[in-house]
Amino acid sequence: MITFDSVTKQFPDGTVAVDDLSLEIGEGEIAVFVGPSGCGKTTTLRMVNRMIEPSSGTITVDGNDIMSQDPPELRRGIGYVIQQIGLFPHRTISENVATVPKLEGWDDDKTKGRVEELIEVVGLPSNVADRYPHQLSGGQRQRVGVARALAADPPVMLMDEPFGAVDPIVRSSLQEEFLRLQREVQKTIVFVTHDIDEAIKMGDKIAILKQGGSLEQYDTPTAILAEPANDFVEDFLGAERGLKRLALIPVSDVAAEEGPVVTPGDDIEAARKRAAEHNLGWVVMLDDDRRLLGWVGTDALDGHQSLSQLEPKPFQAKVAAKDSLRAALNAVVTTHTGVAVRVSEGDHYEGMITRELLTEELL
Amino acid sequence: MPIVLVEELIRWSWIGDHTDDIVARLLEHLQLTAIPVAVGFVIAFPMALAAIRWPQLYSPLLAFTGVLFTIPSLALFVLMIPFTGLTAPTAIIPLTLYTLLILLRNTVEGLNSVPRDVREAAEAMGFKRFRQLFAVEVPLALPVIIAGLRIATVTTIGLITITAVIGQGGLGQFFIDGFTRRFPTPLVVGLVLSVAFAVTADLLLLGIQKLLTPWQQSQE
Repeated sequence: MITFDSVTKQFPDGTVAVDDLSLEIGEGEIAVFVGPSGCGKTTTLRMVNRMIEPSSGTITVDGNDIMSQDPPELRRGIGYVIQQIGLFPHRTISENVATVPKLEGWDDDKTKGRVEELIEVVGLPSNVADRYPHQLSGGQRQRVGVARALAADPPVMLMDEPFGAVDPIVRSSLQEEFLRLQREVQKTIVFVTHDIDEAIKMGDKIAILKQGGSLEQYDTPTAILAEPANDFVEDFLGAERGLKRLALIPVSDVAAEEGPVVTPGDDIEAARKRAAEHNLGWVVMLDDDRRLLGWVGTDALDGHQSLSQLEPKPFQAKVAAKDSLRAALNAVVTTHTGVAVRVSEGDHYEGMITRELLTEELL
Repeated sequence: MPIVLVEELIRWSWIGDHTDDIVARLLEHLQLTAIPVAVGFVIAFPMALAAIRWPQLYSPLLAFTGVLFTIPSLALFVLMIPFTGLTAPTAIIPLTLYTLLILLRNTVEGLNSVPRDVREAAEAMGFKRFRQLFAVEVPLALPVIIAGLRIATVTTIGLITITAVIGQGGLGQFFIDGFTRRFPTPLVVGLVLSVAFAVTADLLLLGIQKLLTPWQQSQE
């Protein structure tokens, strides 16, 4: 756990980089500090391991005041990843990863085992171990940076734009892999970025900072997107605030409607009635095990005695419980039926998400 | 008809008769090179560290060693005689002073060329200052530092021939000998060996650099 209590940083030239910051980062949480340049996000991060010393206020890591600890000792317990990575060019990949264990005086066998484990954990092939940093691609170097930071298993990590120097495709896969890794290692992380989308994706909590180092809002991404504290935050979130929020909410969070459901055994009149009840021009056809068969338009019902004579059309877009509401919205706007059909494994029907449900969620 | 005695450029028999002398001069030359460069580095290195710790010191230190470097060598050797006589220190002290400018400048430039993010990462990993200097910064500065040592070595080897006038000439002694007797063989021997020594020393230092910086080899 990391706490900031009335922390202020004023540089000798009078610039206030961080202004009376108080917040708490829970154990195992990623707190993303985001804001325009000059908002003090990097200064805040660098105060945690005393690369910059606060002018006033208290920072504690797991209950211990950082100012009462010897800086090199403190830093060995805090992983550090920066955009430029800062690998040691004269050391091989395994030597780079072994940096903190060596400083901590681990024996060679233990260090070697840990290095091998980490190279695998961050998804690097084992043959990079004896190469030098310049022989790796940017994405691979970034993975080495993460491995080096994790080497001595520090409870806390500082990450300053860690994926900022790689191309968007690599960045996105590094982000996802890191989140997967984080679910296992459960570090308490201070993460700095200028990119609000990255903040929304990576953060359990987001701290939005303004020029001059004032904290404008500190909350979960969904809460911030739902209720920006002020105009600055709202502007910073950008125009597609609603869509960004939908991307964070899983389909399972909203109660799907049952909709106009029929089975092949039902008669034509029942189907017409079901469609009319829902104000729709079609019905959903399920088999007796509630497996999805498809949909039938009411105009196709004419001249038939039984639904079993009809060939249902497949739904173009289906969503599952873990998909986001943004995926559901995509289904709503790109299909003829105008709904997202929710299914579980084996195409079992779980209901439909309508435009009205999504609008309600957004308002 | 007057007889013009044309002494040939090299008389091989002289070389055969003077092998011991040649070896002794060569060893003297080696000693007059190694001591000033080594002592110069021992002095210049802490100066460089100070210049990095307190950047305001760098300009004065550079100016001071620069002034030393511009003193005409012959004058400096002669100035030393009242204090140290015609002994080895009379040659070694000025030769040492001449290496300072190059060694100081290259050590500072080398250490300053260590990328900021690397230094910062080292600090953030929890290196203590001294260990960071020797584990991270000095190794990365080595190519530039060794480049300085190479220039200082070759310059010193060349300057030693001048110290012959105070009787501490190494191979330079052969120049004086050949010149005063109008006998070219020692001159040629001194010249060839001096150049060969300079080239060998330079290649040796280059080899040491390659050995000490394996990460640079893989870059080629």
